[in-house]
Amino acid sequence: MSSQHGHSDAHAHNAHGSLKSYTVGFALSLILTVLSFGCVMSGAVPQHLIAPGIVVFCIAQLLVQLAFFLHMSAAPGQRDNLSIGVFTLLIIAIVVVGSLWVMHNMNMYMMHPVMQSSSSSIG
Amino acid sequence: MTAITANHGAVAHGGAHEHHDDGSKTLLGFWIYLMSDCLIFSGLFATFAVLGHATAGGPTGKELFDLKFVFGETMLLLISSFTFGLAMLNMHAGKRSKVITWLFVTFLFGAGFVGMEVYEFHHLIVFENAGPDRSAFLSAYFGLVGTHGLHVSSGLLWLVVMMLQVGKFGLTDAVQRRLSCLSLFWHFLDLVWICVFSFVYLFGVL
Repeated sequence: MSSQHGHSDAHAHNAHGSLKSYTVGFALSLILTVLSFGCVMSGAVPQHLIAPGIVVFCIAQLLVQLAFFLHMSAAPGQRDNLSIGVFTLLIIAIVVVGSLWVMHNMNMYMMHPVMQSSSSSIG
Repeated sequence: MTAITANHGAVAHGGAHEHHDDGSKTLLGFWIYLMSDCLIFSGLFATFAVLGHATAGGPTGKELFDLKFVFGETMLLLISSFTFGLAMLNMHAGKRSKVITWLFVTFLFGAGFVGMEVYEFHHLIVFENAGPDRSAFLSAYFGLVGTHGLHVSSGLLWLVVMMLQVGKFGLTDAVQRRLSCLSLFWHFLDLVWICVFSFVYLFGVL
């Protein structure tokens, strides 16, 4: 039983993370969350930079949590997870971008001229 | 219950001669489940992206969302993710009572998150007259955020079950495997929430 624990300790630093990696991941997530909300709430960020800022901090935090909390990496033991993850990302991109594209086109071509002026005041 | 667990234990030991991480296939399978869950959320996010401005003359996100409140929810979920990490570290170190303690702390933060979300939904429906039937925007909003909330709630139930199992069976192979799956699930929900607060709330008030 004790040898088993020794075995898992040896792997603790790559496969399962360590106290240090969890703390670093937590600190980075905290900073990125504050930056995301700060972008919108502080009022100090120029209007045209707010949206790109949110997207950049969102993606950065996703990557941080994938690396430090979910222990994703290109290591041999993780390669299956990584390739499934990348494939899922592709499907997500198709679903989200495809939906927005199709619906945007539909709105552009189907919108009645009179409706367009009233909808722009709502939207 | 005991019979089932004993059976699982036997299976785990049967595969033990591979000597390296006998729960890896289970974890891979669970990862595939999580990715399929990702697809559910991607559909809900796409719906929200399309319908986000279809307010039908009703209240908009800018009028409804309170970012300080959402920041509080985000902190609770983020801290719970960290405390779950601490539970996993103690699991690998074989410290049974500390695992239960950290799982309980995680449960408290997770329950706090769900509590805040229930309060938020109740406030929207009862006081703002902005229920899911008010507009397409609100239907998409409740669908997306509610699905995430239901996931966190089932995660809480799973946490309770695992606390009981760690207490009753100790840190056996089967229990460790289940905790590893729950850990993936819990961190995954945090990832989804990052997208929710970025694209629903922060973009919603712009």
